[in-house]
Amino acid sequence: MLILVLKRILLGLITLFIVSLITFVGVEVLPGDACTTYLEREAYGAALEACYNRLGLDIPAYERYVSWAIGVIQGDFGYSLSGEMKINDVLGPRVKNSLVLASASILIGIPIALLLGIITALWRDKMPDIIISTFTIFSMTIPEFISATLLILIVAIWLEWLPGIVIVPTGASVSELLPNIILPVIAISMIMTAHMARMVRSSVIQVMASDYVQMAILKGVPYWKMVFKHVLPNALLPAINVVALTIAWLLGGVVVTEVVFNYPGLGRLVIESISNRDLPVVQALAIILASIYVIINLIADLLTLMLNPRLKSLQIKK
Amino acid sequence: MTLVIKQEKPKSTFSKIVEIISTMASRPSGLIGLIILVFHVTLAITSPLYAPHDYKAIDPSLMLQAPSSEYWFGTDSLGRDVFTRTILGGRTALTVTFFGSLIALLWGGALGIFCGLVGGKIDDVVMRIIDAFLSIPWILAMLLIVSLLGTSTIVLIPALGFFYGKGIVRVARAATHDVIAKDFIVSARARGHGNFSIIWNEILPNVRDAIMVEGAMRWSWMLLGFSSLSFLGFGVSPPTPDWGLMISNARGLMSFAYWAVLAPIFGLSSLIIGINLTADAFAKALGIDRSTKAPV
Repeated sequence: MLILVLKRILLGLITLFIVSLITFVGVEVLPGDACTTYLEREAYGAALEACYNRLGLDIPAYERYVSWAIGVIQGDFGYSLSGEMKINDVLGPRVKNSLVLASASILIGIPIALLLGIITALWRDKMPDIIISTFTIFSMTIPEFISATLLILIVAIWLEWLPGIVIVPTGASVSELLPNIILPVIAISMIMTAHMARMVRSSVIQVMASDYVQMAILKGVPYWKMVFKHVLPNALLPAINVVALTIAWLLGGVVVTEVVFNYPGLGRLVIESISNRDLPVVQALAIILASIYVIINLIADLLTLMLNPRLKSLQIKK
Repeated sequence: MTLVIKQEKPKSTFSKIVEIISTMASRPSGLIGLIILVFHVTLAITSPLYAPHDYKAIDPSLMLQAPSSEYWFGTDSLGRDVFTRTILGGRTALTVTFFGSLIALLWGGALGIFCGLVGGKIDDVVMRIIDAFLSIPWILAMLLIVSLLGTSTIVLIPALGFFYGKGIVRVARAATHDVIAKDFIVSARARGHGNFSIIWNEILPNVRDAIMVEGAMRWSWMLLGFSSLSFLGFGVSPPTPDWGLMISNARGLMSFAYWAVLAPIFGLSSLIIGINLTADAFAKALGIDRSTKAPV
């Protein structure tokens, strides 16, 4: 078991290493670098050389990669171009803001998704399923920026219930943030819920059709007891992995949602740093977002392993 | 008495396509999807012929007019006709994502089959790299490419094609793995067929369906990604009409002029729903179950 866990962690680290290589090489290979974009038209002669010198771009690429990677391992992402601030100081409050948004959405989204998924599976092809499934398919397929824009138009502008955009400083505290993020949380958790509810639905349907559930029905186990004791534990296990992949995939959607609501999180930083061509910040963001993806998947893998004794013994024999 | 053995004629490609489409249309959701898709494709091809106004004619005196008989969907903040821009707004998106999906399908399918076939070390390394690419959020990678290389169609098509192809690699590889151990491959090897012949004659016909269904799904995600890029200001450049861009421009003024934002929202949503329903019906017609897959 321990060896297996270590192996998974090692695989995650290898993935992160490759991500760091990809972003580094990508930035190197694509035309234009930090200095030519920073200086724009004045990028020639002495000014360019001075810039290269200042940013250390005159050192060979592999040496820069090594020193950058060592910095990242020590938790230091170096300096950003535009403000010449330490990237850590730029990232800190943004990471916190995004975490507040994400955890609020996940806390609200997961229970609702479970409930909807189970309801739709148990009343499959009946009225509750048709209504909920239509809704989930709509919110899954429509782009995040459209559902967010529609939410603002309906809830904030037509009904005037909630403020449409978030107007808080980047360094705001959690208690200042919470009342402002109701709409963004609804927007994100709506899409997340839809994805997860679909997964739970198909998983529950699969288990309901299995032999042991049929057996339980024949034996005369009461319906709800059967659902809670036999179906749900077996149905939710395979859903964990898929849910993790979905959360990670939604990171991209969170970027767009943050822009729509003007929310000062990591997502808006992605857009800002790319607009400013602030490549060091972009590299840092790539590593951070990829780490989130790797960590979520790792947690899901470990959860499935812990909850499924069969898988445990199987993997060890291998 | 003679024994007549009836041999079924091998179906032509055309009759197979007709059969698949009629299976797709036999379900209400598939029929709706096909109708929407055909409608949008026809609109994209023919709309320049009957667009009532000039899509880039700016007229400050006509700013933010409400819908009228002259301007069916009203006008936007620069006085341009929203109806004209809406019916033209899907052309770039459809073209870019269609060719992007084709590229994704080709390279993803080829690499996936190759990895599934060779296996071993090469397969391990390639799959690690694919996993790493999958763990970079698509939006970050796309934005990086687009911001460094520009937003012309020539850049967008291969960039999108590359980025949405990595998921197809996985599907193609898994499908190849499923057939590779089957008897007919073993017997083809025993007959002395080369790798290329085995791929072309034995593997491809068996994995084609799975890859094509995946490609159809990618199309709708690519459309979503492309419009998100436009929305963020990194896609189509103005004044070219594009739904994502139109939504982003009209968003600030939607408390006065909701029509300028609702028209492109309707256009884009209906197209994405149409493609999704069609892809779903396509998968069902080919007997492929995608319901438990994560959207990676």
